[in-house]
Amino acid sequence: MSGKTLFDKIWDAHLVRSVPDGPDVLFIDRHYIHEVTSPQAFSGLRQRGISVFRPERTVATADHNIPTVNQHLPIADPVSRSQVETLEDNCHTAGITYFGMGDPRNGIVHVTCPEQGYTLPGMTIVCGDSHTSTHGAFGTIAFGIGTSEVEMVLATQCLLQTRPLKMRINVEGALREGVTSKDLILYIIASLTTGGATGFFVEYAGKAIRSLSMESRMTVCNMSIEMGARGGLIAPDEITFSWLSQIPALSDNPAFERLVDNWPSLRSDTNAPFDSEVTFDAQLVPPMITYGTNPGMGMAVDGIIPLPGEAGPSANGSYLKSLEYMGFKPGMKLLGHPVDYIFLGSCTNGRIEDLRLFAAAVAGRKKAAGVTALIVPGSQQVARQAEREGLTHALRLAGFEVRQPGCSSCLAMNDDKIPAGKYAVSTSNRNFEGRQGPGARTLLAGPLTAAAAAVTGRITDPREMNLRW
Amino acid sequence: MKREKFTILESTCVPLPLENIDTDQIIPARFLSSTEREGFGENLFRDWRFDGNGNPVPGFVLNRPEYRGEILITGSNFGCGSSREHAVWAIADYGFRAVVSDSFADIFMNNALNNGLLPVVIHSGLLTQLTALVTEKPGTRIRIDLDDQLLSVPGTGLRSGFPVNGFRKECLMKGLDSIDYLLAMKEEIEAYERSR
Repeated sequence: MSGKTLFDKIWDAHLVRSVPDGPDVLFIDRHYIHEVTSPQAFSGLRQRGISVFRPERTVATADHNIPTVNQHLPIADPVSRSQVETLEDNCHTAGITYFGMGDPRNGIVHVTCPEQGYTLPGMTIVCGDSHTSTHGAFGTIAFGIGTSEVEMVLATQCLLQTRPLKMRINVEGALREGVTSKDLILYIIASLTTGGATGFFVEYAGKAIRSLSMESRMTVCNMSIEMGARGGLIAPDEITFSWLSQIPALSDNPAFERLVDNWPSLRSDTNAPFDSEVTFDAQLVPPMITYGTNPGMGMAVDGIIPLPGEAGPSANGSYLKSLEYMGFKPGMKLLGHPVDYIFLGSCTNGRIEDLRLFAAAVAGRKKAAGVTALIVPGSQQVARQAEREGLTHALRLAGFEVRQPGCSSCLAMNDDKIPAGKYAVSTSNRNFEGRQGPGARTLLAGPLTAAAAAVTGRITDPREMNLRW
Repeated sequence: MKREKFTILESTCVPLPLENIDTDQIIPARFLSSTEREGFGENLFRDWRFDGNGNPVPGFVLNRPEYRGEILITGSNFGCGSSREHAVWAIADYGFRAVVSDSFADIFMNNALNNGLLPVVIHSGLLTQLTALVTEKPGTRIRIDLDDQLLSVPGTGLRSGFPVNGFRKECLMKGLDSIDYLLAMKEEIEAYERSR
């Protein structure tokens, strides 16, 4: 008899009913909500005349459209303010825990919810946000849903969902000096392409994955959606449980102790069948940067933009349109290309480890003249930690602006927009046209490559910089 | 809640043959601050459709009067990126009832089905033929029969079956809402909770 994947173990444990010739009815342990994709779901409940079924299983935070300055003041933009107030009202009425702007637990939903101990191994977690895959780092089935599905979960704590195919991505060996987990996931996405894992749920495995910190694992799982995967998870291990045991809310919780006892079962059986399996050698992963308008258009920071025909399935009209938007040409090198903006933050790279890496890398240098840099901690807790460790102070002395937490320039719903035509090296997750503001040109990279660009004003190989990390 | 039923759609088409069209292009984030479901159609493909001053971009397909219809024909991996259902609301609000491609992003597919917008997956060879045909002959009508799961171009031999999950198909054809389905099984959900 063949074994079971970790994914199937968790899925089956949450199966309420299998609909004949239809999707499964899956019970949801945790539902995270934010201001942008939830208001219409609450309106739907009101139209139906029903209330939230299990409010204690939902947690809310305001993150997408909040400003990253003057958070003690009301939000200036009336439409954004109304959206955040609507979330607050909806949570208050339903009895849902809410981390409003300025709350010490506020932050980007995928940064703060793990920090606060809500994300635990073996759970099913959904949120009206595609980067919900982040929580897979803890050995959960976590994925993004639409607003109708948010309404479905609020109404019934269940979701109608078709069981995806399973893919295992093995990363063997060890990452080289100067290469981060962000580089690793950009490398994987560049290899599999932006739609290459559509229909699949990924399990990341192998020595290089097991040796990553929890923050780094979250960065990897976060970007699973950028290759089309429904989500991505990593089997929990000592690193997971050691990280979780630092959370005050969990340290003396008996449920957590039971979970620790059970964690050895939360892994794929050795003979578990996967529908697809690929293996990468971590040694081969360079510092990466994207040159186009989807996250699959990535290359080594010292690489050459592929010529049409070499770039795989994307080498057609869409490919050239993408390069034209970026102001690049096939065959071009990006090393030395001037950069206007740096963004360190987002649910991909807005954690304490990212701030530490960036701060260590720029230590003893100054931000390059002409570069505007936004450093945006992913949560209030990250901001406090950065203060405590002296990172905020050091960064300010080096000429960097450290903002208050939020999604910020990753999707530019607030004022943190990159102007049209400007080049931004961003540690966020999407380089889509206009993602960081209309006409903005985004180059996705890891925190070290961002740091190297921040102090030189140009695209720079962090390995050539004698940076400290 | 009752929804509009989907049975047979016959319409002219709008071709937008680009790959990997992400939901940020369909509806940019700066238009997501509304707390309503309506009104997103006016900003559908905003930054391709209008220039920085709000003037229509003449070459963009939605600004070309010869291309009109309720069917959008597009490229691979349509709807990738953000989970924003606003993308589906914008497409439907603009007046489309079906989107034809050779592949869709998973979340977009679910969102479309939950809103009665039919994602029709056909073979990439046929998609190329279809795109060429409707681009060269604007006004070409395409027929989508959900019950028979058949897409065809009347008057030509072009036709293809397409997959739809049986449960989803019944919901679409009868105008049923999948939340009602789950609400009707509350006792079973509570029994599951007790069994854990």
